[in-house]
Amino acid sequence: MNAGPPPPLFVERQTYRLRRLRDAARALPVLALMLWLVPILWSMPGEAVSASGALIYLFGTWAALGLSAGLLIWAIERAERRARAAEDEARARRETAL
Amino acid sequence: MITTNALAAIALTYVMFLFTVAFVAERAARRGHVDWLRAPIVYTLSLSIYCTAWTFYGAVGSAVRGGFEYLTIYLGPSLVMIGWFWGLRKLVRIGRAQRITSIADLISSRYGKSNLLGVGVTLLAVIGTTPYIALQLQSVTLSVDVFAHPESDGSNQLMTAFWVAAGLSLFTVIFGTRNLDANERHHGVVMAIAVEAVVKLFALLAVGVFVVWGLMGGVSEALARVDASALGQWDVQGGRWVGLTMLSAAAFLCLPRMFQVMVVENDSDAQLRLAAWAFPLYMGLMSLFIVPIAVAGLDLLPAGANPDLFVLTVPLSQGQEGLAVLSFLGGFSSATSMVIVAAIALSTMVSNHIVMPVWLHLRRDAASFSGDVRHVVLLSRRLSIMGVLLLGYVYYALSGGGAALSAIGLVSFTGLAQILPALLGGIFWRGATRSGALAGIGIGFAIWMYALFLPSFGEGVILSRAVFETGPFGIAALHPHALFGLGGLDPLMHAVLWSLSLNTIAFFVASMVSFPSPIERLQGAQFVNADLAATGRRGWSGAAAQSEDLMVMAQRILGAREAQALFLREARKQGVSGLLPDPTPQFLEVLERELAGSVGAATAHAMVGQIVGSMRVSVEDLMAVADETAQMMEYSARLEAQSQELTRTARQLREANDKLTRLSVQKDAFLSQISHELRTPMTSIRAFSEIMRDSDALDPGQRAKYASIIHDETLRLTRLLDDLLDLSVLENGQVNLNIRRERLSDLLDRAVAAAAADEMGACIRIDRSTIAEQVVLETDVDRLGQVFINLIANARKYCDARDPALTITVTEDAGGLVIDFIDNGAGVSTEAQDVIFEKFSRVGDQKAGGAGLGLAICRQIMARLGGDIRYLPGQGGAAFRVIVPAALEQAAE
Amino acid sequence: MAGHVLVVEDEPNIIEAISFILSREGYRVDSHGNGVDAAEAVRARAPDLVILDAMLPGRSGYDILRELREDPQTAALPILMLTARGQTRDRDLAERAGASRFMTKPFSNAEVLEAVKALTRSTA
Repeated sequence: MNAGPPPPLFVERQTYRLRRLRDAARALPVLALMLWLVPILWSMPGEAVSASGALIYLFGTWAALGLSAGLLIWAIERAERRARAAEDEARARRETAL
Repeated sequence: MITTNALAAIALTYVMFLFTVAFVAERAARRGHVDWLRAPIVYTLSLSIYCTAWTFYGAVGSAVRGGFEYLTIYLGPSLVMIGWFWGLRKLVRIGRAQRITSIADLISSRYGKSNLLGVGVTLLAVIGTTPYIALQLQSVTLSVDVFAHPESDGSNQLMTAFWVAAGLSLFTVIFGTRNLDANERHHGVVMAIAVEAVVKLFALLAVGVFVVWGLMGGVSEALARVDASALGQWDVQGGRWVGLTMLSAAAFLCLPRMFQVMVVENDSDAQLRLAAWAFPLYMGLMSLFIVPIAVAGLDLLPAGANPDLFVLTVPLSQGQEGLAVLSFLGGFSSATSMVIVAAIALSTMVSNHIVMPVWLHLRRDAASFSGDVRHVVLLSRRLSIMGVLLLGYVYYALSGGGAALSAIGLVSFTGLAQILPALLGGIFWRGATRSGALAGIGIGFAIWMYALFLPSFGEGVILSRAVFETGPFGIAALHPHALFGLGGLDPLMHAVLWSLSLNTIAFFVASMVSFPSPIERLQGAQFVNADLAATGRRGWSGAAAQSEDLMVMAQRILGAREAQALFLREARKQGVSGLLPDPTPQFLEVLERELAGSVGAATAHAMVGQIVGSMRVSVEDLMAVADETAQMMEYSARLEAQSQELTRTARQLREANDKLTRLSVQKDAFLSQISHELRTPMTSIRAFSEIMRDSDALDPGQRAKYASIIHDETLRLTRLLDDLLDLSVLENGQVNLNIRRERLSDLLDRAVAAAAADEMGACIRIDRSTIAEQVVLETDVDRLGQVFINLIANARKYCDARDPALTITVTEDAGGLVIDFIDNGAGVSTEAQDVIFEKFSRVGDQKAGGAGLGLAICRQIMARLGGDIRYLPGQGGAAFRVIVPAALEQAAE
Repeated sequence: MAGHVLVVEDEPNIIEAISFILSREGYRVDSHGNGVDAAEAVRARAPDLVILDAMLPGRSGYDILRELREDPQTAALPILMLTARGQTRDRDLAERAGASRFMTKPFSNAEVLEAVKALTRSTA
């Protein structure tokens, strides 16, 4: 009774999903940094980049990054909830099984 | 044209509105309705104090002067927020866990509660923030001026600035120092700046929408106009683009006001999670229309018009007074919210790291001095707020509100960014030491002062003109804009490069070569392992501490009610019955942390130290815990495992011992019983055999009688020995089962016949259900029959009814075949029911014959057969249920 | 008249044996078969000697012995205690309860007779 049965497989899956989402949350600022360093290339001698193009690029990436950050956080919270729920359920099942 | 008075009235009304918002929020917080005050959206909006008047007005000016460079100021913080999972999350958690009150407190607390560092960071913050506050005052006065007569004189501006400063200090004093909260959270202020955040975003968007759709005629036209304007080409220097983005990201973390709203006012991860994506979008929106507004201003307004005021002057020039007023309120909001939060943050730092330590030093017994320290703390906060604003005003008045101020934003950023290496090193690197932090911040601060801050006043103001020409004392390598011969750089980037790189190197090297004190190591472990080590900080040896003195002090800082609640809670935790807990190191830590929420870590440490007496923590005491938190935790986990193991072993041993004791008692009782059962028949045998041996005068009848007694008692002995052997064999499991098939009815017939053969006991009527008995059993039928015989014989012996009857019923259920033996006698008393299956237990009269082993044997037999026998209470007589397992049973053919 | 002996014992065969041995020597032997009202029986029949079994149905012989010793009427009555458990613990128990003599089953007839004679003589 001291060592309960191993947690069911699908809990592992939930945890796995959560970890990958957290990895994505860590990777997102790196992507943002890369995207926002692109303008350095524009100041290289050569063909000049128009202001409107620059504006569209920067604000487009800005909105996309902000929204994907939001989406990611929403997904993380959902995954956390599910992992918790699955854990609770598994625990409940273990307890009733005993 | 709106008059200055009307504008003043509008501004005043707006301020009254903010007062109301703050007041309502504060009252709600007081009543405990904090849910909506802590809503993540409020937190997110409060972060917008990053966008001050410098960005509200200045971004357009910056776009006009430097093109797209203005975007870096917003991109940096957006990066930090999007990367919340890397650093902010940890920073915010540490802030919550350690009750951090300001960035100076964080640095001081991390590096061994060093007040020197606290003072240093405070000074840096004050020096870096004062011009910034002046900038806000300037922007408000300039924006007021736009509405006033063009030829108004400077004294008017000073008056405006003065009244704005006075009003802001009033607001901040009222809502920023309302209470000395252990959590240092200001719901009223935060709610007010959240409202201001909405106002300024709305105002800027309104102006932008007006410009893009009202003036330019749509998005594509606006983009075309932008391309055609002076801003039409991307011309940002790569170095400045990267440098400014990094600088603003650093400043976002280090600015005292940002730290205040982001870390100190935070109370949940949920807040940060919303802000992490919503705040970048907020900043995107804030900067979205900057370029169109700049282009419109360049097109519409006469050359030489101040681009810093385009946000106001563009709508005004188009006769959009309402929009202009809205824009004014937006700028006003930006300026005031920044000043308010900056003043709170700075006053907390000044009060906790400068005023309180000085005050404590001046009165050595201060902590135990009667009187309310809270008044002192609050007073020092209030004076600090007024001092900070006065300083800002004086700076504004002295600098004359010139163009020098417009560059001060980035200068200020650079100054405060000097804290970054110590901050990041502090929360990510265990090896960071106080010496490293001091060295890094010191060198960075010095370079910043020399290469950026002092020159920002202009040549010849503080640094002489000669310094800018040939370097100090003619040493070219020390030229403020070309240190160590690195010339040709933009002065800002030059200063950023040198100050931050030398800062980081000094921080790193000094950390490497120095050795941290025990407290530093403990704090370092706590900060770096913030997620792991929630407890474990041990700082006080606390032998001489008097709980009562601590109580007196805590009451004066936390307030009587809070302090008593805290002490009571801790006393309960220790298991002490009164109000005063023992001054254990754990309690002192908790108390210190609570106090730190009000007066900062260093001061709280000093105050507890005054009472406890031992300021120093002995190295020996701490070595065990200070060495490596990981090791410490592993060790403690191991210890815990060992102690659990020990507990388990001890329990097992105790159980084994109990069992042995029980067995020993049982064995004694058993032997004693056996002795009795054997000696009783032997007594008769011996007595009668002696009689027959010694007496010649026995008549034949007597002789025959005595011989038969001897004979019967011998049989009794034999039966007893048989039973004992039987039981022993069954108990040891050495029995060989002889599995055969037999119909239950046949088995019962034999059992009834065998039981009747025993002459002892009354005649009993037996009721049977012959149909149900037509079941073929596959089991050791002889053993099962033995059980049946025993039960029937028992019924004959013990049934005390006038007309004794035994009913045998057979039913089948999931568990197997159930055979009940129920007689109509008095049954077995409740107490006796528990023991009838024990050896030698006999109910009632001993004369009934057997040695009391029958039911014990039955139980053993049924256990061997995989079934069960038990007493059935409440059947109106003695009732026994025999269960034969299903596996051994087969349906009738 | 050699005396009146009451045998408190639940085994009929043992009662029969003791009765035979003692009545042959002129004793008058009475018997009582259970422990519950044994003390009353002793008081009612007022024997010169009681032979008391330690294990009686209903009540322990030691209990009965203790009660008799507390009663002034029977405090000095010679009581011969019989036990089938023959452990030293039982002997101690019997002596502490106030038994005049203690005997372990199975006993020899001569032994019982000698003990009964000694006990009745001392009071006679």
